[in-house]
Amino acid sequence: MNDSAISPAAEAESLSLLSPVAALGRAVLLTLGTVGAIAIFALKGISHIVRPPFYWRLFLRAFVEFAYFSLPVVALTAVFSGMVIALQSYTGFARFGATSAIANIVLISVVRELAPVLAGLMVAGRVGAAMAAELGTMRVTDQIDALRTLSTNPMKYLVAPRLLAGVLSLPLLVAVADVLGVAGGWLVATAKLGFSSGGYLTNTLDFLQTDDVVVSLVKAAVFGFIVALMGCYHGYRSRGGAEGVGSATTSAVVSASILILAFDYVLTEIFFSR
Amino acid sequence: MSGVQVSGPAGAPKIRIRGLRKAFGDKMVLDGIDLDVMQGTSMVVIGGSGSGKSVLLKCILGLIAADSGTIEIDGQNLAALDRRGREAKRAEIGMLFQNGALFDSLKVWENVAFGLIAKHDVARTRARATAGKILAQVGLDASVGDLAPAELSGGMQKRVALARAIAANPQILFFDEPTTGLDPIMGAVIDGLITDCVKRLGSTAIAITHDMASARRIGDRAAMLHKGRIVWQGEAEHLMDSGNAMVNQFTHGFRDGPIHMELRR
Repeated sequence: MNDSAISPAAEAESLSLLSPVAALGRAVLLTLGTVGAIAIFALKGISHIVRPPFYWRLFLRAFVEFAYFSLPVVALTAVFSGMVIALQSYTGFARFGATSAIANIVLISVVRELAPVLAGLMVAGRVGAAMAAELGTMRVTDQIDALRTLSTNPMKYLVAPRLLAGVLSLPLLVAVADVLGVAGGWLVATAKLGFSSGGYLTNTLDFLQTDDVVVSLVKAAVFGFIVALMGCYHGYRSRGGAEGVGSATTSAVVSASILILAFDYVLTEIFFSR
Repeated sequence: MSGVQVSGPAGAPKIRIRGLRKAFGDKMVLDGIDLDVMQGTSMVVIGGSGSGKSVLLKCILGLIAADSGTIEIDGQNLAALDRRGREAKRAEIGMLFQNGALFDSLKVWENVAFGLIAKHDVARTRARATAGKILAQVGLDASVGDLAPAELSGGMQKRVALARAIAANPQILFFDEPTTGLDPIMGAVIDGLITDCVKRLGSTAIAITHDMASARRIGDRAAMLHKGRIVWQGEAEHLMDSGNAMVNQFTHGFRDGPIHMELRR
C-alpha cells in the first residue's frame, strides 16, 4: 500500500476542516455571479431604452404607478420626517444656544438625505414589490414566453419602460418631498417652537444652494433606477410558481433597500466636497 | 422493446428535426429527437409528464437553446441563420400555451391583436376590428374583447388564446395541452376549433397532449416521446391499435407495461 495514501477518516477530517472555506468560496462565487447577472441585465435594459421601438403607453403606465400613486405615501413620509428633524435638532441645539441653525439642519437633512432615501425606500416597498410580483407572475404563467412568440422582446417591452419610468419619476417625487419635508420642519418650528414664519423661511432660502437640490435629484434618479432594476430583475428571473413569485418580491424589496443605502453613501461621498 | 417504428409520407417536410438533444444538468430531456412534420399536416406528440414534450416545442420556438441537433423549417437550418433570419422564421409560428398565457394587464381584444400590432404594425383601431372578427371565428362575441382575461372562464380563455395564436395567419401552429383543464365537451369544442383553424389557414401543426380523444381528433400523425426519445410514429388513427407496447400502455392507461412511472426522484 502507498505510504502517502490518506486514510478515509483523515480525508473526512480534512474535508470537514475545509468545508467553511468551501462554503465561503461558494458564497463568493454566487455573489459575483449575481452581481454579473444584474449588471448584464441592467446593460441590456439600458440598451433597449435607447433603441426603437419605444412602448410609450407602457412607459406612461409605469410612470403613473411610480410618480402619481406613490405620491401620498412619499408626501406623508417627507412631512413627518421634516417635523421630527425640527424637533430633534431643537432639543440638541438648544443646549448650545444654536437654535437659529435649525432651518439649515432641516433643509440639509431633508433635501440632501431624508427625502431621496425615504422616497426610495417607500417606492421600493410599493412599486418595486409590485413590479417583481407582476413580472414574476408573467414568468411562471408563460406570459413572458408568449411575448417572444409574438415577436416582442420582453426586455424591451417589460423592462426598458419601467427602468426609464424609475429614473424619471423619482426625481419628481423627491422634488415634492423636498418641499413638503421643509414645510414639515417649518410647521413644527412656527407652531410649537416659537419661530417666526417669515424668519424661518428667510433662513431656509438663505441656506438653500443649487448643489443641495442637484444632490437630491441625482440621488433620486439613481434610487429610481435601482428600484426598477431590482423589481424587474427578480421578477423576470422568478421560478417555481407562487412561492417563487413571493421570493422574487421579497428579494426585490430587500436588495433595492440595501442598494439604496449603499449607493446613498457612495453618492454622498462623491458629493461630499461640494 | 423494439426500435423506433417510422412510417410516413414522402416529400420535403415543413419542419425537420434531427438529433435534437437537450439536458438540464444530469437529466437528459431530449435524447436525439428525429421528427418530420409535413406541410399542411398535424402531428400530435404524446408522452408522459416530464417526457420532454414541452421542451421540444420550446426548442423549436427558440425559447430554450438545444444542446445539439438541427431544426429546419422549410429546409432552412435555424442555427445556420442569423438572428433576424431566425426571428423571421419563428415569427411564422403561432403558439397556444397550456394555460393560455393571456396577458393579464391587457383587454381580450388587445391580447388577440397583440401579434398584429407587434409583427405587422397594424394601427390599433384596425387591429381592434380584426380582433373582433377573429374572436368570432373561435365562437366568441366581439363584446368579449372589452373584458379582462381574468373575467373569462377556462374554456373562453382557451378560445381567446387560440384566437391570439391564429391572428397573424401563421404558417405553423403549436398547441401545448390544448384541452387540459377543460370538461370533455369543451375539450371537443376546442379540438374542433383547432382543426378548423389549421385547415382554413393551411397551417402545419404540432400538438402535444395527454388526451387521447383530443390526439385522434387533432392529429393526422402521431409520435410518442418517452425518456427524451421518440419510440413510435404513425398515423394518429392507429394510436389505439399501434402494436407498440409503450403506446398501447399509454393510450389505454394500463398500470403495468414497459413504462414504469418514476414515483421517487
